[in-house]
Order: sequence, then structure tokens, then C-alpha cells
Amino acid sequence: MPMSHVADTRAGEAAAELKPPALERSRVAAQLASLVSSPTNIVLTLLALAIAYAALVPAVRFLVVDAVWTGVDREACLASTAGRPVGACWPFVFNRIGFFVYGQYPIAERWRVNVTALIAMVLIAWALAPSLPRRGIAVFLFFVPFPIVAFLLLTGSTALGLEPVPTNLWGGVLVTVTISLLGMVVSLPLGTVLALGRRSSMPIVRLVCVVLIEVIRGVPLIALLFMANRMLPLFLSPGMQPDSLLRVIVGVCLFASASMAEVIRGGLQALPKGQYEAAQSLGLGYWPMMLLIILPQALKLVIPGIVNTFISLFKDTTLVTIVGIFDFLTAVEVSANVPQWSSPVTSVTGYAFAAMFYFACCYAMSRYSLAMERRLATESR
Amino acid sequence: MTDTANRGAAAPGADEAVVMSGVHKWFGAFHVLRDINLTVKRGERIVVCGPSGSGKSTLIRCINRLEEHQRGRIVVDGIELTQDVKRIEQIRREVGMVFQQFNLFPHLTVLENCTLAPIWVRKMPRRQAEELALRLLERVRIPEQAQKYPGQLSGGQQQRVAIARSLCMNPKIMLFDEPTSALDPEMVKEVLDTMVSLAKEGMTMLCVTHEMGFARQIADRVIFMDSGQIVEENAPEAFFTNPQQERTKLFLGQILA
Repeated sequence: MPMSHVADTRAGEAAAELKPPALERSRVAAQLASLVSSPTNIVLTLLALAIAYAALVPAVRFLVVDAVWTGVDREACLASTAGRPVGACWPFVFNRIGFFVYGQYPIAERWRVNVTALIAMVLIAWALAPSLPRRGIAVFLFFVPFPIVAFLLLTGSTALGLEPVPTNLWGGVLVTVTISLLGMVVSLPLGTVLALGRRSSMPIVRLVCVVLIEVIRGVPLIALLFMANRMLPLFLSPGMQPDSLLRVIVGVCLFASASMAEVIRGGLQALPKGQYEAAQSLGLGYWPMMLLIILPQALKLVIPGIVNTFISLFKDTTLVTIVGIFDFLTAVEVSANVPQWSSPVTSVTGYAFAAMFYFACCYAMSRYSLAMERRLATESR
Repeated sequence: MTDTANRGAAAPGADEAVVMSGVHKWFGAFHVLRDINLTVKRGERIVVCGPSGSGKSTLIRCINRLEEHQRGRIVVDGIELTQDVKRIEQIRREVGMVFQQFNLFPHLTVLENCTLAPIWVRKMPRRQAEELALRLLERVRIPEQAQKYPGQLSGGQQQRVAIARSLCMNPKIMLFDEPTSALDPEMVKEVLDTMVSLAKEGMTMLCVTHEMGFARQIADRVIFMDSGQIVEENAPEAFFTNPQQERTKLFLGQILA
């Protein structure tokens, strides 16, 4: 906010001559000055610098300065070979990156994963970039033909001459992204339906939705995954055992939908009652009112909450390892233990790399949501 | 629409826009409407006034079922209001409503606000709906704002858009719920002018307002409510100059003072 000197027009004759106040010192300069403006501030500043130094310097040292960049096996990353203290063992990551990304997906068939990923990225970028034309087509392609194509490509189909690849060979980023993406794509609409149901005027619909949301939300994801993995087979006949990856995906989708439902309910409740009444008074039925008036506004209000749920979901996929699914983090952990690369720094390197991967993905989602909020905010102003 | 001359001449029933008989409503234990009997003829302009909490807003909100009455009958445009959602939507299509807080859709442009219901409820082609909307925006004298969002308009302009939005459904009855109460004083007139011109064209109107000048100018009848009851109803001149009930006198003394 600029200072309010401009409004000072009491003196009529002075008003014409008043100039805007001299440029304030920039905010950065003001903030810097406040760092040393009193003895307490000086002490706090020094303390903060010391903490930053203690945290950053070893990190940079480990990840860059002392890091080993070339090599073919564990020998390169041993202090005895290098003749100096060693930091991150990057050759390990370079060497195992294929395994991190695809797991045990047969090497000859990995192009199928790449093709699927490429299609997905093009469609997602097209659908999400506000400047591109005909984004509706991208959304349609992503939700209708793409899942079929992706399913056929990834699992294979003898009819199409694609060798079947059972899901127990899938792993790494492929599994992490598959679970997260399906979780996001399912939880937004399913969560919306649950949220609407919870606010429905029909008692039975409301009861069903409340029970579903509260039961799923009241159980840890790990418990839900165990139930999906271990208990579901007990109820189903041996002939119709669903794929174990599919079971986990169902569990994750349900869990994310229940959280999403509560986020969206917050948005529905934040809308003034007048919006519902105006829509009703125009003769709009329930679904047109919800789809055209209420949900566009409610969802916009809770974009931060939706993205927060997406980010949690993405990170929570690391829990699937507990029921034997081979996600990205598991691939990293397993690789760190192979004898070829076993060294004191291997697993730390692996975890550092995993952290960077998760951070990059989550940060990208966060930035996109901020940009979208800004765009939607200007649209209706 | 009929004009004043042939009102009351047509067959009974067909001539009545709204019939309320023995209507009661409670909010929890609070008895907000008590035995309301009211008949509004087609083309008639009714102004409803009364102290705050007297049930006047609830009364007109019962007519398009934003509030549900619990006893008695309400017949709107020959259709009785029941739990039947089809009937409720049928009535809402014919009854326009203007709110105190405008309640425009902030995520849609002025034009989209106006075309939404014709397109989705009347199934009108978009082109035709836009022509209709522009015509009505011109009638409320803000065609140049069509591409703006409601948040960019003044209160008076927003309320005129709200009137145009209702008119786009070509309603037979218009309900106004304190349409000028949320406006800055200098914007009241532009909204009232719009309502006056609407009244002069023969629209059936029920209007909750404290704008007594407006009531004098266009109302056929003024209804005074207190504690959920219709205390007095009369032609505006008689209502203002010669109120019959003590409560009416007290109320008029307060607002005209």
C-alpha cells in the first residue's frame, strides 16, 4: 500500500502543488536495515546466519563439492579410492536411473511407458496451459481415450502384438505417477459427488455420504491399504482376485476422495446462500445450478485445499511399499542395497535424489495452483 | 399482460396471479407467518411494508418456494405449490425475483448472467438469448456493461442487471425483496425508475420496500405486516393519509417522520 499522503487535500492552495512523497527506501533495504537495528536484532541475525551456515554448507559440500560424478561401481564412491572424503555418489543415480523410473518393466518394452508418458504430458500441458486453444478437446482426450490407450500400452495386449507386462514388474516413477495421477483424477469428481451428497436434502443420500467420508477419513491410509490388499481377497472368490496394484489404487482413490470431499464441502459452505437462491429463483434445477453456478465458484475458493490434497496424495503414495508395491522410493532403497553400489554414501545419495524428485513435483503443483488462482481472481474482477 | 381496465372482468381463477389462503409458517418455534390470505390479480402492483422481522420477506419468498409454507395453500399462476419439484421449477420459471443483495453470479459476465437461465431453462439458442439479454440490458440502460463482471459495476448497476436477468425469463410475476435497501442513496433512484417503468408496462409485481414515494406512485395496494400477520391493506392514498390500525399509524409515524 502506498502511503496516504496523496489524500491530504485539506489545504486547497497547497493541493495543486503537492508532490508525491519522496521515494521510500525499497522494502528490501528497509528489511535489511531492521536486521541490525537493535542489539537483540543483531544477536538474532547472527544466530540465524549461524544456523543457515550450519545447514547449507554441509549440504552443498555433500551434494556438489565432495560429490563423485563418474564411476562404474561402488569403488568410485569409496573414500579409500578417491583419496578424500566423498559426498554424494552420483554415478549410482545415473547408473540406476532406468530402474528408478521403470522398476522391473522389461527393458525392451520400456518405450511403451515413454510413449504413454509423452502422450500424458502433452495432453496435461495442453489442458492446463491457459493460453492454448481448444483446451476442452485436451480434457476430453485425457479422460476418455487416453486411459484406454495407456492401459493397453502399459499392460500389453496380445491382440495388438504388445507383450503383456504383469503389474508386479512395474515399479519406480511409473508406479508412483500411475497411482498419484489416478488418485487425483478420481478423487476430484468423486470427492465433489460425496461433498454434494453430504449436503443433500435427501436423508439417505446424506447418511451414505457421511458414513463413507467419516469411515475412510477416520482410518490411516496404511490401514486402508492393508485392508485393500489383505482383506479384500478374503471376501472375493479365488477366481476374481483383482490385480494387487489395482487394489492399492482403489484404496488410494477412496482415501483421497474422502479428504477431497471435506475440502470441497468447505467451499460449498463458504458460498453465500444468495447464490443458491438466485439460481433457484431463475428456475434452474439441481444439477444445472450446481454445475454452472455453485461448483465453479466453490472449487475456485478451495484451489489451495485441492492442491494441498493432491500434494499429500502424491507423497502418501510412498506408503504403498508396505503392501509390496514397488514405487519410486522403494526402487531407490532397493538399489542402494545392491552389492555393486553398496557404500557408506549410497543410500544417503539415493534419499537425497528422491527428496529432490518429490520436491520438484510438489513445488511444480504448488506454483501452478498459485498461477491459476491469480488468473481466476483477475477473471472475475 | 392485462391493463387496469379489464382486471376483474375475466373468469375467476384465470385472473389471479397469486392466491395465498390460510398460509402459516414457522422458523423452528417462531411463528413467522400467521394465517396469510392474499390474492394478487394479474397486472396488480402490491407493495408490502412493515417493521423488520414482520415476515414480509418470508411472505414473498414463499411465492417462489425459497421458503416452504407449512400450512395453507399457495397457488401461483394457476399452479398449486406442493413438494413436487417439477411444479416448483415450473412456477420459478414464471416468477422473477430481485434480491436485496443483488445475488449476481460473480464468475459470469453481465451478459452470461442474463443468458444463463434462458439457455439452460428455456433451452433458447445462444444467439437468440444474447439478443434478448442485450435488449433487456438496454431497457435497464446499461447495454455498454454487457461484457463486464458484476464486481466491476456499482450497486445500482448491479441491481439493474439483476432486474434484466429476471426479465430475460419473461416472467409473469416479479418479486422484489427490498431491492434498494443495500444501495447507496444516490443509486436508489436509478433502480426505482427501472421498477416504475416495469410497473407502467403492466407487470404483476410484489415489492417489499420502504420507499413510500415509490409505493404512492405505482402501487395498487399497500399491505402492512406486523408479527407475521397482514394488519392492514389499502390503496396507497388511503393507506398513507388515513391508516385504520394503531400499529400502522405507529409504523408510518416512524418511517415518514
